[in-house]
Amino acid sequence: MKAADRGRLDLDSQECKGCGLCVEACPPKVLQLASYLNRYGYHPVTYRGEGCTGCGICFFACPEPGAIVVWRMKPEAARPLAA
Amino acid sequence: MHKELIKGNEAIVKGAILAGCRAYYGYPITPASEIAEAAALYMPQAGGVFVQAESEVAAINMIYGAASAGVRSMTASSGPGLSLMQEGFSYLAGSELPCVVADIMRGGPGLGNIAPEQSDYHQIVKCGGHGNYRTVVLAPDSVQEMCDLTMLAFDLADRYRNPVVVLADGFIGQMMEPVAFPEARAVPPAPAWAVTGTRETRANLVTSIYLEPDVLEAHVRKLEEKYKRAEQESVRFEAREVEDADIVLVCYGIVARVLKEVVESARAEGLRVGLLRPVTLYPPAGGILQPRGRQRTGQRRGSGLRPGRASQTRSTAGGGACLSSPSYMGSLGVSTITTSARGSCSTRPTTARAAGMASCTSWWRRRSTGWESRTAPF
Amino acid sequence: MHKLVAEAIDGLGIQDRTILISPVGCSVFAYYYFDIGNVQVAHGRAPAVATGVKRAHPQSIVISYQGDGDLAAIGSAEILHAANRGENITVFFVNNAIYGMTGGQMAPTTLIGQKSTTSPFGRNFWNEGNPIKVCEVLNALDAPVYLERVALGNNKQIMGAARAVKRALEVQMRGLGFSLVEVLSPCPTIWKMEPVAAQRWVLEEMTKNFPLGVVRDRTKEAPVRPAPSEPPSLAEIPRVLGLTRDSGAPEADGAGGASIELAIKVAGFGGQGVLLLGEVLAEAGLAAGLQVSWLPSYGPEMRSGTSNCHVRIAAKPIASPLVARPNVLLALNEPSLRKFLPAVEPQGLVLYNGTACPPDCVRPDVTVIAAPFTEMADALGGARAGNVAMLGALLEAAHVPFDRQVPGVLRRLVRSQKWLDIDLAALARGREAARQEVSK
Repeated sequence: MKAADRGRLDLDSQECKGCGLCVEACPPKVLQLASYLNRYGYHPVTYRGEGCTGCGICFFACPEPGAIVVWRMKPEAARPLAA
Repeated sequence: MHKELIKGNEAIVKGAILAGCRAYYGYPITPASEIAEAAALYMPQAGGVFVQAESEVAAINMIYGAASAGVRSMTASSGPGLSLMQEGFSYLAGSELPCVVADIMRGGPGLGNIAPEQSDYHQIVKCGGHGNYRTVVLAPDSVQEMCDLTMLAFDLADRYRNPVVVLADGFIGQMMEPVAFPEARAVPPAPAWAVTGTRETRANLVTSIYLEPDVLEAHVRKLEEKYKRAEQESVRFEAREVEDADIVLVCYGIVARVLKEVVESARAEGLRVGLLRPVTLYPPAGGILQPRGRQRTGQRRGSGLRPGRASQTRSTAGGGACLSSPSYMGSLGVSTITTSARGSCSTRPTTARAAGMASCTSWWRRRSTGWESRTAPF
Repeated sequence: MHKLVAEAIDGLGIQDRTILISPVGCSVFAYYYFDIGNVQVAHGRAPAVATGVKRAHPQSIVISYQGDGDLAAIGSAEILHAANRGENITVFFVNNAIYGMTGGQMAPTTLIGQKSTTSPFGRNFWNEGNPIKVCEVLNALDAPVYLERVALGNNKQIMGAARAVKRALEVQMRGLGFSLVEVLSPCPTIWKMEPVAAQRWVLEEMTKNFPLGVVRDRTKEAPVRPAPSEPPSLAEIPRVLGLTRDSGAPEADGAGGASIELAIKVAGFGGQGVLLLGEVLAEAGLAAGLQVSWLPSYGPEMRSGTSNCHVRIAAKPIASPLVARPNVLLALNEPSLRKFLPAVEPQGLVLYNGTACPPDCVRPDVTVIAAPFTEMADALGGARAGNVAMLGALLEAAHVPFDRQVPGVLRRLVRSQKWLDIDLAALARGREAARQEVSK
């Protein structure tokens, strides 16, 4: 069974300029540029679907203020309940 | 009443502190350095800030910062320093920030010299910075006015959210006269629009940028409304014996002092001479004087306050001819008539004085058509 | 970089206190991005504005957010002096080696060989010099507390930059003094590079010219800036300004007080006490309840230039303070006598500091009292008191209504007891000299 993602991404495909810095920055390499074009004519970033650790580096790499929001699971929620 | 014999430059600083100014940022320059020196002495003792800035450019921007933060602040300089501050004036006016700047004028252009000259009329009154703005300009002609008008300047700056210049020359700055100082006023609190590093002012923005042309135009119109309001309510002038005058001497600062003596001695000789001294160079005071009849050529029949205007103590806008005095002694050639301690009075006009009167007269005639057109010369 | 700054402000809990200064240049619109107090300022002037803001509100956190043209070109004086004064502000200096906002002109930090719209052939040392290393330049000053250069060239650098931003703000929060973080930043649009390639250029090329690292960290030894002392109360302000000194009720005395109109010219070399003499006269007149004015003329030399002043003492308000035709001339040297004697009013009074007037300097219609006042004062122990000796002679010869006030004025104006004694003696000596002259 695959481990659950520890992070969740809100990617605003209409704000993204397709610069690729987040793709480059992402340590587990879970981001890629889409094949479709957004309203500005850029290939926006998309999430491959799994593997996000919620580290947030993509947020800091991104030059746009609102294109990426990173949600990180709280540590307690990731721990299994004590038996 | 207790009076103190004090230099004009020093009176500015004492007046400023009495008015609640607690920040001075400036750079030395003759003949204004005493202002910085007095500020260095008194500001810290009054609980204020004094910093000698690295240049006048820095000084006016430190003022910008202090004004943004809601503090009454001032600086002082002379012509060359004011030239450096012009960008600052434009930013201050555009951002609607109050402040007071004193200009103790000296010989120019260029390095000129350190002797007094009324050389910055254009730079200050017509505003040498970029863009459409105005600064209120107050022109003292005595050391008492150096104090009083500086205090007034802070009030006008706050009222209009605009820089105000106290425009004096090296004579007024350097001379000593007795001054009766008024009561100290409390430091006013920071205005609501200021940026003070508190929760309440977190949303405040001090800026002069308006990217959209329509928005900028609206902003400039708003500034214009302020200036129009100033023209309605804040004109100040002194008029002496103009009601029946054939010749009216329009002058400010040290020239007004000299010409007051000329008016006295001219009247003693039967010449109908009057004097109009604008105290505010902006808003302009010239509009109050209207010639009595239309003139085609030659001799003027009479001039003075237009019927019905005699009781007005304020003028309306329309500009009128608020003419600058040329550099103080050169063109007027004035010399003074004195009485000695033993009471004898010199009654024969000196050649220089006659020449001075003649040049006054011809100057008046040359400009007289300008009165009627009522368009502002600037 | 905006995000790093915002995160730091949020993490440190200083959002309400922070004021951002955004000057013209790449950072000019920073106020759109930060929900804090914002001040937009002229190009290069942010450190000066920050000084004015921080001094007004020392509890605020003031950030000066500047680009390379702003800080290292037009604003080089302001940053140098704000750093030198140790202003307790934080400067974030974003160095992208180009002028971005205006479309790509050369910056002081543009690399050798780097092309820009104003260095189309590549920056050339012989024409443009080398790129400036701002941190190193500021490191030559005593006051700065924290200087670090970071870059945004890869993840590790970005995180390092985040830490530096936070550390610099903490320096300010602790009141330690001036902190600056230089951030090497990509500018893909203006460099005309793909963003990832631009980032790599920062990593590989810019860091060769601008070494990364902490250039100065004095956070451990820097003293905390002393808090400003309590300001005086409003009631104390007149005392602070020296306005409460009571000079005594003014009184006029002697005949002629009501119609007195003295136009006095005092002239001599710089250093002879010309201005002081005039001041004493004016103060005495004021103390006697008369209208007075005093006006100096001055040359730029501090010694031995000419010096003269105009003094008016009158019963009615004084119109012009200028004296072109004096009725009293106090000439402390021969050139002054020659220059001003022709202008003296008929029946005027002239005092000359010399044994006798030069033979070609004669005005039969004025009263002249010539005496070697400087020598007299020298004999009393201070040649500089020659001016006061002449003053004594004037009082004796002119019967002025402020005669009695002069010693009191001298006591107030002359700080040194030694000189005061000499002055009072000179005053008496001068009176004596005048009596002798008049009796001739």
